[in-house]
Amino acid sequence: MVTLRLDSLGARYGRNLTLEGVTTPAFKGGEVVAVIGPNAAGKSTLFKRMAGILSGPGTLHAENARKGRRGICYMPQDTSANAVLTIYESVLLARKQGTGWRVDAADLMLIDETLEALGIAGIAFRTIGELSGGQRQLASLAQTLVREPEILLMDEPTSALDLARQVEVLDLVRNLAKARGMVVLIALHDLNHALRFCDQVMVIAGGRLVACGAAPSIITSALLRDIYHVEARIEPCSKGIGHVIIDGPVAKPRTVPKALAEPACLSH
Amino acid sequence: MSEQATLLAQPVEEGSRRYRALVWRRQLILVGLGAALVFSFCLDLAFGPARYGLGEVVQGLFAPDTVSQQVRVVLWDIRMPVALMAVVVGAALAVAGAQMQTILNNPLASPFTLGISAAASFGAALALAFGVALIPAAIEYVVPINAFVMAMLAAFLIHLLSVKRGVTVETIVLLGIALVFTFNALLSLIQFLSSAEALAAVVFWTMGSLTKATWPKLGITALVLFAVLPVFAHRAWALTALRLGEDKAASFGVKVARLRLETLILVSLLAAIPVAFVGTIGFVGLVGPHIARMIIGEDQRFFLPASALSGALILSAASVLSKLLIPGTIFPIGIVTSLIGIPFFISLILSSARRSW
Repeated sequence: MVTLRLDSLGARYGRNLTLEGVTTPAFKGGEVVAVIGPNAAGKSTLFKRMAGILSGPGTLHAENARKGRRGICYMPQDTSANAVLTIYESVLLARKQGTGWRVDAADLMLIDETLEALGIAGIAFRTIGELSGGQRQLASLAQTLVREPEILLMDEPTSALDLARQVEVLDLVRNLAKARGMVVLIALHDLNHALRFCDQVMVIAGGRLVACGAAPSIITSALLRDIYHVEARIEPCSKGIGHVIIDGPVAKPRTVPKALAEPACLSH
Repeated sequence: MSEQATLLAQPVEEGSRRYRALVWRRQLILVGLGAALVFSFCLDLAFGPARYGLGEVVQGLFAPDTVSQQVRVVLWDIRMPVALMAVVVGAALAVAGAQMQTILNNPLASPFTLGISAAASFGAALALAFGVALIPAAIEYVVPINAFVMAMLAAFLIHLLSVKRGVTVETIVLLGIALVFTFNALLSLIQFLSSAEALAAVVFWTMGSLTKATWPKLGITALVLFAVLPVFAHRAWALTALRLGEDKAASFGVKVARLRLETLILVSLLAAIPVAFVGTIGFVGLVGPHIARMIIGEDQRFFLPASALSGALILSAASVLSKLLIPGTIFPIGIVTSLIGIPFFISLILSSARRSW
């Protein structure tokens, strides 16, 4: 079984160390780990470091994973490409990266099935530049999944999707993690998704790992207050899964500029 | 949806069928481009001060012993190097433009618009006017080596800027324009300071003319083209991935910075050698890739040969046209490509609604 463990992992942008000392317990194949934290906390940086795009101190231990580029796959947040490529071609491109020109039937079948599973087979021959943000995100997800990763890093994979698609995609990823024995790390801003779909949670703030453990034990009122400055409580829904309910205003309310509080068009 | 995804057991073959049809169509387009190029090449051989019929040209090519000695000499010794040079230079410039547009993610990138041709011209003019050798070399190689060194310098300036954080596509284009103006000004300075004889050589050289083609020059240009093409072909998936964005390409395992640098060096070579031998030929490097992209897309397995064929076809057709504009006179081909290229370029800009970038 694949396991993933980070040991004092850090990342550099130029000379600046923007992430440091990230040490985690071993995540096992089949586990889905939410990586949460405020904006610019270092979540994307962590993923880029893990994918080998950024350099830095520390070690990533991926045991029983394939060596090379296909073992760990990173799905970046930015999907704003305008290439004259169809979704189908872009997914094939991801699948064939680092291999020869020859495309065999097995490659095409995997792409067909993946696009069908993500519900974008019907638009497979539209060019990427014509797609909506959500469609691009699904195409990006297909590009990642056809590489059959053992460790999957997804940077806000549902940020452009409608609610139904968010649930479908996260459910799909969770099922795939279990079926393929993948370790999946997902950067999320929706903590309810983290509680519903993820086994573990890593909290990143200020370029450091501040908490890590089982989702219900990490996403608590105290965390929401300390990290997000939001007064909230966690209540079980009808299925018994925790749900964030925001009770009151931000604990450290920012001053609203007068111009915004009383717009000129309303004051007359 | 989750059940389908987990099991992934229901074959859905509509996509593969359509993809195979797409590949088949693209292969047909490449064959069509190749056929058009062969036709244009034959016309290029047929036209000149003495006109031959296409039948006579084909006969002269495949059975040289059956045509008169005069026809044989004109076809093989006079027109063949020029016609082949048009094909090879057109292909080289278009491939250079295609890869420049790919690695800089910029539709306006080409050896001409980013100042690489102008830099090469300046380097060549230094040798032609003052005999300056930027790298000591045998006298017959000083012009192309100077052109190459200056082209590399311009290419590295562009590369350095393109990898700098926060630099936009527009900034790179502006830097390219600045380079064009700078090297053109330096070229004018050389012309101003040159003797009348050297001035004539520099002016004629910068106009771009295939009549300078010789078998050795053709051989070197073809060698560079056929040495570089397999490298790009080998990296077809990685280069295509660059068009999905730097982060995405990196996430696929592409070493983006290294690929960019290596491609830029090869592109400089591809752009500099033809310019050094036949002078400045504009717009082929810009228009060729755009035509290829419009008809075949950006999968480099097809885009690369389509760019080469488009560029070769444009320059070969321009070569034919350069002989027809004023009968009895061969126009410098650089003038012809620019005259064709400018209206095309404008129409490309105006069709922004359907533009592929």
